[in-house]
Amino acid sequence: MSQTSRRLMIFNVITGVLVAAALGLVFLYAPRERQMGEVQRIFYFHVPVAWVSFLAFFVTLCTSIAFLVKGEIKWDKVSAASVEVGLVFTIMAIISGSIWARPAWNTWWTWDPRLTTYTILALIYVAYLMLRQGVEDPGRRARFASVYGIVGFISVPLTFFSIRWWRTIHPVVIGAGTATSIGGFDMTPPMVVTLMFSLFAITVLYFCFLANRLQLQREMDHVEQLKAQAMAD
Amino acid sequence: MPQSSTPERTAPLSGYFRAVAAIVWKDLAAEFRSKEMLNAMVVFSLLVILIFNFALELDRGTRESVAAGLLWVTFIFAGTLGLNRSLALEKDRGSLDGLLLAPMDRSALLFGKALGNLIFMSVVELIILPVASVLFDLPLLQPMLIVVVLLGTIGYAGVGTLLASMAINTRGRDMMLPILLFPVTLPLLMAAVRASGNILAANGWDTIVPWLNLLLVYDVIFIAIALMTFEYLVEE
Repeated sequence: MSQTSRRLMIFNVITGVLVAAALGLVFLYAPRERQMGEVQRIFYFHVPVAWVSFLAFFVTLCTSIAFLVKGEIKWDKVSAASVEVGLVFTIMAIISGSIWARPAWNTWWTWDPRLTTYTILALIYVAYLMLRQGVEDPGRRARFASVYGIVGFISVPLTFFSIRWWRTIHPVVIGAGTATSIGGFDMTPPMVVTLMFSLFAITVLYFCFLANRLQLQREMDHVEQLKAQAMAD
Repeated sequence: MPQSSTPERTAPLSGYFRAVAAIVWKDLAAEFRSKEMLNAMVVFSLLVILIFNFALELDRGTRESVAAGLLWVTFIFAGTLGLNRSLALEKDRGSLDGLLLAPMDRSALLFGKALGNLIFMSVVELIILPVASVLFDLPLLQPMLIVVVLLGTIGYAGVGTLLASMAINTRGRDMMLPILLFPVTLPLLMAAVRASGNILAANGWDTIVPWLNLLLVYDVIFIAIALMTFEYLVEE
């Protein structure tokens, strides 16, 4: 086992422990919310996962710019890996949100600004992956994907603001809550601690996934190299 | 030639604008000789309007509330036709390589192609607007509405030209453009629909201005991004 894969293994174990600890806090330490009951506990998963999806796409924005400026292919590999991991988190956020929305809002889905923006965000990065698949030359693929990674990310806040001018029902828990949002609640200190720890654990989980995805990419590149060598011999 | 280098030194921008104008002129001349693209876009737009008319059973009340959305859907669908064609033609005939060899800034190429697409889309819109105002029996030829249509089309043609120059180089080609373009132009579409709808409903300035601002912001941001990133798309 090489040194990088041993380090990756240690990272995986640490991440596993952290996520397990976060789950422990969510189910054993955080108090039961008075109005919504147990279903509110999904909040400690939903919020970190949604935050990480934005982080992942922001990482892609940064590495896309880095690739265009520096022209080093390693940045593009991080962009692609981060989009793939980010989409997994996006899907987790949508599913966990729907499970929560069913009892809290009495519907799986509403066309509220955040939900709509989030769906479009997911579609942008699905398009990003389709674009990557559609270009064979690696250099051109990297350039196209980087440009789309920038265009896509910058359109997201504009989408959000444009939809926000309709009335929103997504609860604003952090910061000033509005009286109209259904499912909002005040957080007690144990809830804040649990949320913060979950945020930390899920963010580490993102970096863990990203590191594993990059390791996979390295191994794929290695296989390609060996294949090319075998063909040449 | 000493003659061509002297004006460049005195006015460095004039060479750039001459390059842009040459590209626009080339596209216009080619199009007005064949009229292939314009004809297709106009007929396609009319068909979309007819299909909507039957699909939605538009009575008087519904027409007034959905006309703005319907017009914009028509424009962006027709727009993707034109955008695809404008760049696919350059690629198929190999003239893109020629354009890239020309001694000019790469962004002049994007600027010229986008301006050409803007002109084609505007021509189609100018034909469709009066026809639609007759078909829907609505006053669509208002100066403010035309300003909104123009602002929306500027942004759409700008981003569309950038993404079309990517899409034509993918395996999916024509299929790829709407998938890339629609999600990122959604804010533009929403702002344009809301602004047009409020103008048609005579809702007053305070309901229109925020959407106009959003349109302007979108246009400025995305044209800037397009100009900055285009050279990376065509460098080989």
